Amino acid sequence: MLRLDKLTKQYKTGDLALKDIVLEIPDGQVMALIGPSGAGKSTLIRCVNRLVEPTSGKISLNDLELTTLSQGQLRKARRRMGMIFQEYALVERLTVMENVLSGRLGYVGFWRSYFRKFPQSDIDEAFRLLERVGLDHMANKRADELSGGQRQRVGICRALIQNPELLLVDEPTASLDPKTSRQIMRLIRELCHERKLSAIINIHDVLLAQMFSERIVGLQLGEIVYDGPPDGMSPDVLTQIYGEEDWEATIEKVDDEDEAENVDVSASADAESS
Amino acid sequence: MPDVTPDTKKVWQRRDRNHQIMIWLGQFIAVAIFMYCWHLVSEKTTWFFVLDAPRIATDMLERMMPPKWTYMETLWRPIWDTVAIATLGTLMAVVMAFPIAFLAARNTTPSTAFVRPIALFIIVASRSINSLLWALMLVTVLGPGVLAGVLAIGFRSIGFVAKLLYEAIEEINETQVEAVTATGASGPQILNYGIVPQILPAFAGISVFRWDINIRESAVLGLVGAGGIGLQLSASIDTVTWTQVSVILIVILATVIVSEWVSAKVRHSII
Amino acid sequence: MADNRTWKRPPFIKNPTLRWGIAIGGAIYLSIAMGTMDVNWSRVAAGLPRAERFIMSFFPPDFVSRAGDIADGIYESLWMTVVSTVIGIGLSIPVGLGAARNLSPRPVYLFSRGVLAISRTFPEIIIALFAVKIFSFGPFAGIIALSIGTIGFYGKLLAEDIEDMDPVQAEAVKATGSSWFQWLNYAVQPQVMPRMIGLAMYRFDINFRESAVVGIVGAGGIGATLLTSFDRYEFDSSAAILLIIIVIVMAVEYSSGFIRKWVQ
Repeated sequence: MLRLDKLTKQYKTGDLALKDIVLEIPDGQVMALIGPSGAGKSTLIRCVNRLVEPTSGKISLNDLELTTLSQGQLRKARRRMGMIFQEYALVERLTVMENVLSGRLGYVGFWRSYFRKFPQSDIDEAFRLLERVGLDHMANKRADELSGGQRQRVGICRALIQNPELLLVDEPTASLDPKTSRQIMRLIRELCHERKLSAIINIHDVLLAQMFSERIVGLQLGEIVYDGPPDGMSPDVLTQIYGEEDWEATIEKVDDEDEAENVDVSASADAESS
Repeated sequence: MPDVTPDTKKVWQRRDRNHQIMIWLGQFIAVAIFMYCWHLVSEKTTWFFVLDAPRIATDMLERMMPPKWTYMETLWRPIWDTVAIATLGTLMAVVMAFPIAFLAARNTTPSTAFVRPIALFIIVASRSINSLLWALMLVTVLGPGVLAGVLAIGFRSIGFVAKLLYEAIEEINETQVEAVTATGASGPQILNYGIVPQILPAFAGISVFRWDINIRESAVLGLVGAGGIGLQLSASIDTVTWTQVSVILIVILATVIVSEWVSAKVRHSII
Repeated sequence: MADNRTWKRPPFIKNPTLRWGIAIGGAIYLSIAMGTMDVNWSRVAAGLPRAERFIMSFFPPDFVSRAGDIADGIYESLWMTVVSTVIGIGLSIPVGLGAARNLSPRPVYLFSRGVLAISRTFPEIIIALFAVKIFSFGPFAGIIALSIGTIGFYGKLLAEDIEDMDPVQAEAVKATGSSWFQWLNYAVQPQVMPRMIGLAMYRFDINFRESAVVGIVGAGGIGATLLTSFDRYEFDSSAAILLIIIVIVMAVEYSSGFIRKWVQ
């Protein structure tokens, strides 16, 4: 379980990105974090693995307090949190395999990683994951030869090979086309269920958030303004999060497509199991 | 629009008046500086010699012909030395510039207040001093020879390579580094997986480019006694054997063309 | 079934023969190159105390005892730099235009490229060596050498920049029925100008550094003063001169960054 207690982040410029955030994510829950640009979504998930240092407050992952860890302890803690990035953030000049194996860096020593001599179990796991996302034949391709959707799947493998307890997902679909976006979101959800992972997914697209998450948290100017189930999203809630706009159409569409999507999911699940 | 009267007609000017005056003033000052400098030049120049120059030049060219090709036999060793000075000097510079660049880049330096200024000063000092001046110093200290040449080329190139490299490091994609950090990687691992792959092509390109420049530079180090073909050049000029001078010039030309070709080929295959 | 698959990082050069050939060939070349260096170690050892004295002479350097010579030399270097940069760039503009493939007819292109190749191949110091023979000793020879070097450097970069410009913009201006010079002024110049101003500043910087060297062969500038101080083992004065050169190069670099920002 991840617990945020009165988490606050103020940047050097004086901008208050997060104000006393209190949030609990039980094990195995996939939570979507929505909100307008600049609401603090990105800052929130970066505070969890301390890529951004929180100003005050507490963060605990399964009773391990993260905010007070030393550098060495922090590295150990980061192994337990996989992160998936907007624009994939693969190291483009490394091969797909090296990118996936870089998820194991926290577990192996420097010289082993320098000579790319990872334990056989890591390599097996990497192949298994690549096979799971359908990219095992690409292992020796350089990351910049891949398409956007393929890159993001490599990014997912990199996060999963860490064997994390929690996934931090930052705008996974921001640079993908609608179809690929759905595929990626579905993959993330399925993998979370398979491995009983909890996840925080930052996402711009309300529709996708409703489709693929169990809980939605709306952030506005660093404060939580909505916390509830996906079907609780009403025009009023959206107005509260994003501001005044005609939301009716968005909501209508959600219901329609959600059903279509359900059919889709079962169909693809069939296809995959066969 | 029926009611456009003459006094509302818009006048178009490229710049407003003050800006235009500033530009004129700037141009005027620039011209004045140049004229003044030119005046100093002409004071120090004996124009008679300058007017006589075409005659001397043709005379010199005539005496260079035909090149004394048999002189080539004694030139193979100096050519070998020239290339060796450039290669070993570049190698030395590259090895030393690599860490300096990381110390100088804003995003990888261990301390902006203390380490970075030192690294930047090393870079500027190395770059400001021409390799011939480095050679002059090293020959005074170490005695004439190839070693002084290698060190001179090396010292001059550290700054060049380190400057271009640290600029490349400052331009890397930070999210790729962030992604590697997020896996729990240690500092050296982040360097190895997140940063080095991004700058490696630039680093290789810069090194080969500098090697190409160094071939040219090592060809003249002999003028101050630091080895290479420059030694033969200055000797031949001193003894007024112009037919040998022309051979040496042709050899330098050929070496430079070959090295330029090699460097272009290598850079293409890297990128 | 997926287990026990091995993985090795794919090598940079795929062909193993080529890979090992390059590695072994490189190693052999380097060892021979090192072996033929012919270092006279006893002479090097004898030089170490002198090296120490030289380094110590930077703390503090002696600006005073040769102040007159140093000032004259630096001053001369500076105005040589100004004149040679202006003349060199002035001459390199027509050559650069001629050497741009998308601008010039074939014969002009080949001729201009030839001029650029020759003026780029020989280091300034060799050109200075001949300039001194032809124009006699003094700064004029140095200016000739630096100007020729500038033509080769600046003309080539100008030509490349023109070749890389956006052809759509150039075509659009041509479509208005402009003359060739109008076209240059409206289509080509705005596209290449900012970078070329930056490069002019950079070349000024290079010319200053080179002007400190051509004095070694008698072509004027601070180089002669520096050479004399080395010959007389007056390392304190040499240190002073070197520091002044470093400071001026830093100043030029700093102000060129400033000017570039102002132009863009």
